[in-house]
Amino acid sequence: MVNNILTVLIFSPIVLSIPVLFFRDKEKLIKIYSFIVSAAVFGFSLYVLSLFNSANADFQFVERYQWVKDFNIFYLLGIDGISLLLVLLTAFIFPVTILGVWGSVATRVKEFYFLLLLLEGALLGVFLSLDLILFYVFWELILIPMYFIIGFWGGKNKYYANLKFFLYTMFGSLLMLVAIIWLSNYVTPQLGKFTTDYLELRKVSPYTPQTIQLWLFIFFGLSFVIKVPMFPFHTWLPDAHTEAPTAGSIILAAVLLKMGTYGIIRFSMELFPIMFIKYAWLLAVFGVIGIIYGALVCIAQKDVKKLVAYSSVSHMGFILLGLAALNVEAMQGALIQMVNHGLSTGALFMFVGFLYDRRYTREIADYGGILKVVPIFGSLLLVICLSSIGLPGLNGFIGEFMILIGSFNSALLNNHTYTILGTTGVVLSAVYLLWMYQRVLLGPLDKDINKSIPDLNLRETVASALIIIFIVWIGVYPNTFLSKSEASMKKVIENVETAKRNLLRIP
Amino acid sequence: MVEYFYLITVLPLAGFLFNGLFGAKFKNEKITGTIGSLTVFGSFVITVLAYLHITSLPEDSRTIIVPLFNWLSSGSLNIAAAYLVDPLSVTMCLIVTGVGFLIHVYAIGYMHGDKGFARFFAFMNLFIFAMLNLVLGDNLLLMFLGWEGVGLCSYLLIGFFYDKKFTGDAANKAFWMNRIGDFGFMLAMFFIFMTFGTLNFQQIFSTLQSTTIATSTFTVITLLLFLGATGKSAQIPLFVWLPDAMAGPTPVSALIHAATMVTAGVYMIARTSVLFALSPIAMNVVLAVGCLTAFVAATIAIAQNDIKKILAYSTVSQLGFMFMAMGVGAFSTGIFHVTTHAFFKALMFLAAGSVIHGMHNEQDVAKMGGLKDNMKTTFLTFLMGAIVISGIPPFSGFFSKDEILSKLFFSGNYIVFGIALITAFLTAFYVFRLISLTFYGKPRYDETHVHPHESPAIMTIPLIILAVLSVVGGFIGLPHIVGTNLIEHFLNPVFTPALSIIPEHHIVASTEIGLIIASVLAAAISIWLSVRTFKSGEKLDAFSGGYYNFLKDKYRVDELYEAIIVKPLLWLTEQSYKIFDVKVIDGAVNGTAKFFNNLAIDWRKLQTGIVQDYAIFSIAGILAILLYIILR
Repeated sequence: MVNNILTVLIFSPIVLSIPVLFFRDKEKLIKIYSFIVSAAVFGFSLYVLSLFNSANADFQFVERYQWVKDFNIFYLLGIDGISLLLVLLTAFIFPVTILGVWGSVATRVKEFYFLLLLLEGALLGVFLSLDLILFYVFWELILIPMYFIIGFWGGKNKYYANLKFFLYTMFGSLLMLVAIIWLSNYVTPQLGKFTTDYLELRKVSPYTPQTIQLWLFIFFGLSFVIKVPMFPFHTWLPDAHTEAPTAGSIILAAVLLKMGTYGIIRFSMELFPIMFIKYAWLLAVFGVIGIIYGALVCIAQKDVKKLVAYSSVSHMGFILLGLAALNVEAMQGALIQMVNHGLSTGALFMFVGFLYDRRYTREIADYGGILKVVPIFGSLLLVICLSSIGLPGLNGFIGEFMILIGSFNSALLNNHTYTILGTTGVVLSAVYLLWMYQRVLLGPLDKDINKSIPDLNLRETVASALIIIFIVWIGVYPNTFLSKSEASMKKVIENVETAKRNLLRIP
Repeated sequence: MVEYFYLITVLPLAGFLFNGLFGAKFKNEKITGTIGSLTVFGSFVITVLAYLHITSLPEDSRTIIVPLFNWLSSGSLNIAAAYLVDPLSVTMCLIVTGVGFLIHVYAIGYMHGDKGFARFFAFMNLFIFAMLNLVLGDNLLLMFLGWEGVGLCSYLLIGFFYDKKFTGDAANKAFWMNRIGDFGFMLAMFFIFMTFGTLNFQQIFSTLQSTTIATSTFTVITLLLFLGATGKSAQIPLFVWLPDAMAGPTPVSALIHAATMVTAGVYMIARTSVLFALSPIAMNVVLAVGCLTAFVAATIAIAQNDIKKILAYSTVSQLGFMFMAMGVGAFSTGIFHVTTHAFFKALMFLAAGSVIHGMHNEQDVAKMGGLKDNMKTTFLTFLMGAIVISGIPPFSGFFSKDEILSKLFFSGNYIVFGIALITAFLTAFYVFRLISLTFYGKPRYDETHVHPHESPAIMTIPLIILAVLSVVGGFIGLPHIVGTNLIEHFLNPVFTPALSIIPEHHIVASTEIGLIIASVLAAAISIWLSVRTFKSGEKLDAFSGGYYNFLKDKYRVDELYEAIIVKPLLWLTEQSYKIFDVKVIDGAVNGTAKFFNNLAIDWRKLQTGIVQDYAIFSIAGILAILLYIILR
């Protein structure tokens, strides 16, 4: 099994999703079954973690099978420290989500859980693929379950949101497909064959002519930054988030957005290092605009779910800034921030879902003073808000601090303005989240209808507590996680630096 | 011994976890209150042992590092969770745990019957934990953890009575103002890390000795740090949150918003004194801001009627004194005033709490009067606090304040000295206005409904202990012309590097005696004037007119900030969302979609389904191709 450990990881949720379709209408059984499957996948990911050697910067457990022989397209998987953390995040979020949203899907239950497990497999595939075509297949496969999840179980405005989400991301990924073919075709002479093997391509890709590289970089990059989403390509996100059912929003925020930032590290940086170095400042500029703009827009929101959605734009801006800095501190910070954002924003969406399932409204003005009736909900939500605000001792701070101190000292950006402006996000996030918290939970409980809102039950409490354990863990002892990716992250940076040096030597 | 020092912080943390997780289930005030207080007392005992331990060491090696674990390491960033035990941190810990313990005990009585009793003690313990991390952290990041942690507890406790709107507003205001300060703190850390490659205090100081760094760098770093201090310690321009913070329960005001947390800014300057000493500009800014804040807050305090707000402005003003001391490089004097202020201001707040408790939650001094017979212990201890803060010898407030005045004078800052002297005069005035209106004259409350009574022993005993400390506490810092200044002697090794940079000021004994006489006279006249004016209770305001209303309205700073910051920010957020996001970006996105949609609608008309039409198109196509071939 050790030989095919990654295949097992990816395909166990996909294969095991099929029986769900034969469970007819035994809803409880479907939920328990899906929970067990996703929990088992998480357990298996921990097994992968136990075998993983974090001192080794290279890809581990590599599996290579010929897929399309004539084009040298491979079924090629591998895991390094960077993908490991994202795989663990993915595998963790699914069982927690299933546990958390238990009763909130009432129609077409089996289809919902079938799609959810399919989505999990596809997401794991994205983070583990080392062949560009395979990566592309998983990347696009995400859209199918996501499209149906929003389309079937979404809110009032779901058709508009779904179409927008689909077209936006489709636009990006088609450009990426063009770029994959173009790149593979262009470097065929150097490699002596056409191949989409990432491990082969990254050896020669940095040395393609810069005019061509620029286009390739833009095509790949657009696809990634739309997914992130980077300002000004973010407007699909609030709509998709707001209309998606709770589970969809959690997965979308916690994992799907990370596909973009992961893509930037894995492909944009390593395939086109010189372009990355040239245009990192642009990433930083848009990252910082995203931080501030996202936060400002959050303050203006009247809908809780939209507020949380826009907060993603702000938080993902930090990650972009961290990546643009291209040093270990900032990039490690960016990676841990991907995990942090997954945990805290995922949890925020879960809590919005708890609230919505009880009162069927997301308007902030419909609440007020409910802490009195839902003390457990209120206390746990406060911890999650504080994590998102970046309070030291909780996870968000570690990521933000590393990103900011790294980008401040970045030789590549070589400008303190980015960090100074980015740091204002720390003030603004406290403004919009605590203001939201006050308007929803504090003050007089003046609406009679709110007096009967039930507090979290045991299942919901457990689901949130599981997330909070990691929120505290990363805040107090981040080295557990940072040490896993340190070697791989250094290697990525080293690869970029090497390419830069080699290119400078060639006139 | 050293290996147990970590318990100083662990005990309150355990108290927090216990009361936070199980307190609400037990619903037993005795267990909750005992655990809450005893954990703090335990830390106090260990701190005392730590004090004894370091005093047993030779003076130049009284610095102990207690390593805990490796907190954050990545690349060149390597930050340990470790405690720095030295005279400065031990002094602060003694204040935090000692005064903290007394306030916890008092709170058992004060919070009796509140349904959030366990929550209250959990947050108080968490506060002690955070505050101890702030003062014990051996690097800036751990200090920042405590710094933000105390800010969080302040937020939680200001908003403790969460079912009212104004408590939530006050809590948010405090947190946001502090966050603005923390913005400065964070940037300072970035600059320090860039300059020194570390955030560890000792490594920073050792790097200083081996490298030359431009003065402007220190100016930038220290001004950013000072921005953090103005937030936490409620100085101009970020002072407006503290008076609002009085929305929290009174023990909170005593512990967090008087004795400990608000002095964190002073402590931070003391801890990084070398950096400040290297930037004369920053030192002058600290001095000027401290001076201005002390004066402005004292003038506002004169015109307030809320008993807690008067004390809050008094705290802001006294913090200004501490910053003045820091600004002239009198670091140990500043910490001395932190200590005495912790005693007498905690005392006054707790006494005020006792009054409020006895008056059934009445806080307006205009509706009090003649309480001295109803609550004797409270009256006497409150009076003691008032005498101490006014600067009457030989009580603690006199020694510490007078030393600040003398340091201001001998450093040649005569204008600042003058303003400080006037402020000292105002201090005695507003504090005796408070005493007179509360305890003297005829009752101005509805005697048929309100029956003032003395508080239980669990509340008055802490008052008595604090009163004793306020009275005798000053002897640890006697003026040089009288005897040895113990606290200065104890603290100075910590400040040696900084003091070696700042020029020493020669103290003339005869002049110092003159200064002491002047300040005592000022206080005495002020008390006499104040008591004479307000004793009968017939007159509530010192004077009237436009300027007085201006003072009553607190210089309308809140209104100013509302107009120049809050409103424009809200306007900007609305514009960003409603105009830019919805109209511009989504307008472009939807516009593109619409364009193709319209195109499709138009072109669809060509698909008529009539064969003749298609035949015409085909012929037209063939003709076009032929035309192209012919013309080529």
